[in-house]
Amino acid sequence: MGRFIMIDGGDNVATALIGEKEGESVTIYFEEKRFEVMLKDTIAPGHKIAVRHILCGQQVIKYGYPIGTATEDILPGQHVHIHNVESTRGRGDKA
Amino acid sequence: MLLYGYPRENGTIGFRNHILVLPTVICAEKTARIMAEKAGVSIAHNFHGCGHIGEDYKIAKRTLEGIGKNPNVAAVLVVALGCEKIGGMELAQEISRSGKPVEVLAIQKDGGTASTIEKGVNILERWKSEIENIKRVPVGMENLLLGVKCGGSDTFSGIIANPVVGIAADKVVSMGGTVLLGEVTEFIGAEQCLVKRAANEEIAYQIKTMVNEYEKTMMSYGVDIRGTQPSLGNIEGGLTTIEEKSLGAIHKGGKSPIQEVILYGQKPSKRGLVIMDGPSQDVVCNTGMTASGAQIILFTTGLGTPVGSTIAPVVKITGTPETGIKMGCNMDYIVNGIIDGKNSIEKAGEELFNLMLEILNGKMLCCAEELGFDEFDFYRTSVNP
Repeated sequence: MGRFIMIDGGDNVATALIGEKEGESVTIYFEEKRFEVMLKDTIAPGHKIAVRHILCGQQVIKYGYPIGTATEDILPGQHVHIHNVESTRGRGDKA
Repeated sequence: MLLYGYPRENGTIGFRNHILVLPTVICAEKTARIMAEKAGVSIAHNFHGCGHIGEDYKIAKRTLEGIGKNPNVAAVLVVALGCEKIGGMELAQEISRSGKPVEVLAIQKDGGTASTIEKGVNILERWKSEIENIKRVPVGMENLLLGVKCGGSDTFSGIIANPVVGIAADKVVSMGGTVLLGEVTEFIGAEQCLVKRAANEEIAYQIKTMVNEYEKTMMSYGVDIRGTQPSLGNIEGGLTTIEEKSLGAIHKGGKSPIQEVILYGQKPSKRGLVIMDGPSQDVVCNTGMTASGAQIILFTTGLGTPVGSTIAPVVKITGTPETGIKMGCNMDYIVNGIIDGKNSIEKAGEELFNLMLEILNGKMLCCAEELGFDEFDFYRTSVNP
């Protein structure tokens, strides 16, 4: 494995296996696909970055399935977490 | 043969030889605990047993009966107060249908706590010498019910530890055994992956309905699942939403077809991968799986947890290197080498399967057993009258 893992070819995020500093350039591979990304945030192990541009309101995809909706535009290399992604399930507060 | 277990009267196989003190109600728990400690045997710390009604009563009854019938248990001493909803005599009768020795004491009838404890210790001491005569015999994998569980998850649970457990689970199923996957709350967002693997239409429908019911309950209470799923620890570990957590969580069940959906604490009627209904709280889920007859639980954890079970080994697996170091005394298997490419999920799965056999065969105890962690709690549904 590299420094980031992308689980499915359709994913728009990758997970950091080790901690990474803002400003570093990383290459993320998925089979024949290759993503060159400049880190826009410092990323802790286990946390995610965008590998593709995700627009506000678009689905965030990991394991090939939606894991939530972007609440703002997310650029490749940006940290993807609760500050810019919202769960769409079990939302009794919106019922 | 790979497995060696204790044959029980009804043909089931235990991999531990516990004598269990089973209080019917919280009011009898302390008395039961004192006698269990005096005799050095196991106890199910039941802090419920009174005021159950409707579905809640059915769950409590099924759980206590199932714990008593679990093949890891050689003999059961039921300790009642005498006036509670869960009747001691009725519970003892149901457990004794399994053929194992069962006795019952009631504090209100047996002379208060002092006399009850004395009578209890006498029974337990007699059983202790009797169970020494039960010897392990070679048995097939079809006798095994393996529970799989994750708790204190982080991202590495979903991408390392759960897939490793999934390999071991698939191996158990391929050899004729049964695997129990629970935690329906953590199917939310991943149900389409499970539905695809349902052995038939009815099971597919049951999986969808079960997940919908959980989500509908949250809607009816007007609560936002984000208040608890993912937990604060999960979020710190990199998990963003319940959907992401679920998609990682289901890997621990492996890739086998789903043969049956059972109630919390119900005994499966099919072999292969089976889903148990019920929530995901660690101790509650472990208890439900042991009530369903699980003789061992493979439990993955990212942030680390010490919890065990009073009657079954709860084997801790972590894919998070830091947790392996910080909580080494509580971790049975640390999946190393995946991040730097020196190990593979498949190889680690094989290694874990072999470790599981060693623990089942009594060659070694898991950390939770060594340290005496014996948590017990079950699922409650309705209001307390």
